[in-house]
Amino acid sequence: MTDAFKKGLEGLDQGPQPSEAAGDATPPPAGELPPHPSVDALREQFGDAVLRHQVVAGDEHIVYVPPARNLEVLQWLRDAPEHRYDFLQDLTAVDYGGGREIQVVYQLWSIQNQLNLRVKCELPLSALEIDSVYHLWRASDWLEREVYDMFGVVFRGHPDLRRILMPYNYAEGHPLRKDFPLRGRFSRAEQTRRALAMKTEDHYSPMELEIAHVLGQGVPDPFNAGETGGQQGQFGGMGGGG
Amino acid sequence: MALRRLVYNVTRNPELSPGGALVHAPVIPVAGEAYEVHEDIAGEHMLINIGPQHPATHGVLRLVLELDGETVIRCIPHIGYLHSSFEKLGEYRDWNQIIPLTDRMDYLAPLIYNCAYAMAVEKLMGVTVTERCKVVRVICMEMDRIFSHLLWLGTTAIDLGAFTVFLYTFQQREKIYDLHERFTGARITTSSTRIGGMMADLPAGWITQLNEFLDNFVPVLDECETLLTENAIWVGRTQGVGSISGEDAINWGLSGPNLRASGVAYDVRKDRPYYDYETYDFDVPVGEHGDIYDRYLCRMEEMRQSVRILRQAIERLPGGPINVDDPRVILPPKTAAMNDMESMIHHFKVVMEGVRAPVGESWFSVESSKGELGMYVVSDGGSKPVRWRVRGPSFINIAAIPHMIEGALLSDVIAVNASLDIVLGEIDR
Repeated sequence: MTDAFKKGLEGLDQGPQPSEAAGDATPPPAGELPPHPSVDALREQFGDAVLRHQVVAGDEHIVYVPPARNLEVLQWLRDAPEHRYDFLQDLTAVDYGGGREIQVVYQLWSIQNQLNLRVKCELPLSALEIDSVYHLWRASDWLEREVYDMFGVVFRGHPDLRRILMPYNYAEGHPLRKDFPLRGRFSRAEQTRRALAMKTEDHYSPMELEIAHVLGQGVPDPFNAGETGGQQGQFGGMGGGG
Repeated sequence: MALRRLVYNVTRNPELSPGGALVHAPVIPVAGEAYEVHEDIAGEHMLINIGPQHPATHGVLRLVLELDGETVIRCIPHIGYLHSSFEKLGEYRDWNQIIPLTDRMDYLAPLIYNCAYAMAVEKLMGVTVTERCKVVRVICMEMDRIFSHLLWLGTTAIDLGAFTVFLYTFQQREKIYDLHERFTGARITTSSTRIGGMMADLPAGWITQLNEFLDNFVPVLDECETLLTENAIWVGRTQGVGSISGEDAINWGLSGPNLRASGVAYDVRKDRPYYDYETYDFDVPVGEHGDIYDRYLCRMEEMRQSVRILRQAIERLPGGPINVDDPRVILPPKTAAMNDMESMIHHFKVVMEGVRAPVGESWFSVESSKGELGMYVVSDGGSKPVRWRVRGPSFINIAAIPHMIEGALLSDVIAVNASLDIVLGEIDR
């Protein structure tokens, strides 16, 4: 095995590494920032809630707000008639690694006024909690679940915050965090063992289990037709009959 | 078990579901008994799974349905069965090495994904591609819009029992596969863009082949319309089914034909034009009722508009180089790399170290066949991204499916799911 090949294999057991050239993740501030109508209005309305204003990639405006005030700022941006950011394009998070804050990113678009704005909240790793915007944009339902699943950010007030891409009983943590190795935290054998040991109930959310309980029936096994909870298929509910 | 109907004792936010008992609302149990039982109403509820292995879910989507007879009371989608952690993989790869991951997300319109990713990185790096490259990418994207809509048309029709349309559309898709293959060497996983250009220029005669396809395609589209548009079964199965109002569609974040069918004229090509889309003469079809039929009409018209854009693009296709003349991102020509020491070192460095992007970030979106496709790239100045995020249109469109089908019939679940035009590779990423 060549050294490069060995090095590549080692990489799988670590989180992604920052590049050698990486310094501080924030680019140097430009001199005079081009104005953005909503940023000026935000400064007027909320004053010190606008922590920082930044322009990246030429024309993309970013506003940093304190995590405790995200809901009032976003609600105002959505409802103020001269702004009306009614379309939540994206909600995601960025982990820069090295113990730095995790950024929650809201990408907004106003269909009526044709304006773009990105709002960011920086959450310290010790307090990964922020108010949910579920009641402002229903689009945030799955997006917040994805950020919770991948980064472990808890959205207060989200009515159904549970994992979305990973299995409900996934115990290895939050995969897109920088300290998460590409192979996962458990050994391959342990991952296989856990996958084979999944019960039928593990494929259901608590709400569905409650509904099934109220209806007085077991939950059907999604992988083995005719089986219901409690009667395990030959392969423990995974794969098998198909 | 006695015939009974369960009414869950839940609080509903009246602002979120104005007057509509069928609107999906969060279940927040109130104090006391969690539900009431009405013994007098017929129907016994049951929980069933559709998927994850079911042909009508177009992939590995799993819908858990609570049924009262044939009526859907509650729908809970489960995704993640195809999760491949593309975004995590991207953090271990060079900027150019991510391109093969993008077309594996939406294998129904791979070139749009290739182009969208390259555009986002080029914006971050401040690279402006050549005029020829712009037009070639517009051709690629519009061709794949037709490619994807044709699959949608065929599979939706077959889900609703119209088999013939499927054969017609797949015959045409085969011709686009040939175009893909001739240009990129691959039929599905095209991986054809590079940061700063394309992996190669169009091969000789490719434009003629595309023109032939366009000439034959429009009559076939007309024929599909005669099979469906006024077909009583098609109209009966689609009109008024799965409808969503424009206001709700915006709130749920729908985009693409699904949003425009509800009467909202939001198209990234018109609202934030890229690659000179403002200079092309084309219309954006907008529906009225937001039901399956309007989505169908929107997509049919979009294919015709794509043909218009393609014809204009072919006409204006300029000569000149396809790749930018920027040694930061583009490899030197093969002959130079073999004969000239400087070029060989340059080639070695670009290949071994990868293209470097400056510190910063960029969120860039294009109008894909499914909706607004956003690419968010964050760089710390190295040759690998700190974060590469894809705003998949299908991911957000499918999240609204409970809103559209709760209260509808079981058979409509298949129709609504088909009409949203999802691709699971991109939902699960």
